[in-house]
Amino acid sequence: MRYVMTVSPDFPPTKIAGWYIFNTWLQRQLGEHIHLELYQDFASQRDAIRADNIDLIYANPFDAAMLVRERGFVAIATPINISDEAIIAVSADSSIHEVEQLQPGTRIATTDDPDVNLISMIMLEPANLSARNVETQTVDTYVLVAKQLLQGKADVGFFLRDAFQGLSRMIREQLRPLVRSEIHVIRHVLLAGPRLQARHDDLRQLLPAMTADTKSNSVLVSLGLQGWELQGQEDTEFMIDLMDTLVD
Amino acid sequence: MQDQERFAMDDMKPENVQEPYTTHLLHYYDGTSRHVLVKDEEVPFPEGKLIVSRTDLQGVITHCNQAFVDMSGYTEEELIGQPHYILRHPDMPKAAFKDAWDTAASGQKWHGYVKNLRKDGRYYWVYATIILNVRDGQPVSCTSVRRKPSRKQVDACIELYARMKQEEAALMKQEVR
Ligand SMILES: Cc1cc2nc3c(=O)[nH]c(=O)nc-3n(C[C@H](O)[C@H](O)[C@H](O)COP(=O)(O)O)c2cc1C
Repeated sequence: MRYVMTVSPDFPPTKIAGWYIFNTWLQRQLGEHIHLELYQDFASQRDAIRADNIDLIYANPFDAAMLVRERGFVAIATPINISDEAIIAVSADSSIHEVEQLQPGTRIATTDDPDVNLISMIMLEPANLSARNVETQTVDTYVLVAKQLLQGKADVGFFLRDAFQGLSRMIREQLRPLVRSEIHVIRHVLLAGPRLQARHDDLRQLLPAMTADTKSNSVLVSLGLQGWELQGQEDTEFMIDLMDTLVD
Repeated sequence: MQDQERFAMDDMKPENVQEPYTTHLLHYYDGTSRHVLVKDEEVPFPEGKLIVSRTDLQGVITHCNQAFVDMSGYTEEELIGQPHYILRHPDMPKAAFKDAWDTAASGQKWHGYVKNLRKDGRYYWVYATIILNVRDGQPVSCTSVRRKPSRKQVDACIELYARMKQEEAALMKQEVR
């Protein structure tokens, strides 16, 4: 049997090689044939999930609900010390210093990253803003979000925290974070599908043990992860419940 | 859903609340009551955070996050095992919570603005969502997530809730007669 693994399209482009290395490592460990399929955007990845083409996915928390509750995926592991946090930033010389100063018609630059968009829109609610009274421009990358701000084409930009911190220093110094989320429990999670059922326990053994030997540890390094920790099904259900309270 | 008899919670303690404050007697759904001490001082919602708690089907707190603990003024040990009405503020109309319970019990999401009472008598406003947690088709618990509310909506609620409280008081008087 040939399985398919995929990765939430919001992973940093610099980690593409890392995911191929991880896949090679995983195939060797499991003795299975796994093909890594990367999608350009969330929409095409969701189509593949709905077509039952995916067996293993490093999933955005936003998609975890659909994967677990509709497609029978189960949680395996989550990366240690990494949670999805959002930063809403403005251009450094912007007259906006608090969210509450923002007015209806505010121009937002953002990507299609669904959990960052969700968290960021919630952080705009204190200004009485919602999808109904803002103008949203969706661009392909966080660098382009920054560019929209610097060129005065947007008033605020939504960033994944790690992506914001990964911007070049020159760009970052021309931006100013307005508000940062501190939610902690919204996290990417590695989920395995029903066809891989027989290997779920093996995955639960292999992944947390990666830090134990130097070879596997170098695989983690190439992914930019400190390690994997097991994620129980109930932890995932809890995160999904939480996400559920945040979407209308 | 709420139908368990329990011991009354202790009155709020003057040593935890700085003067000036007012004293109110609250009657809870389970027939118990306690005195709460209330100050007219708001604590702002923490920027960028979510206040999260989970309860059993009777509304007893089973889990809460750090933001919840910090904003309530209680310790986690003081909160776990207590009914969620530990945070009930006398300015909140009963009807708001009845609606929350009815909506959540029917499996729908409830949203609303809530004024909560802290251990130190101060208050904080939240925009709350409550959902029923369903596992294998069975309701097992409730989750509530609160976020920073818009001031405009809070101001509207202050008026609305004051009117609702007046109506509730008028109804009580009629019943007594
Ligand atoms: C998940 C959940 C969260 C709740 N959160 C609050 C809260 O933050 N503040 C509050 O006053 N009541 C909250 N309630 C409602 C209380 O259980 C209770 O109904 C309310 O305080 C009114 O008290 P009463 O039911 O005794 O009239 C919550 C209920 C549930 C199920």
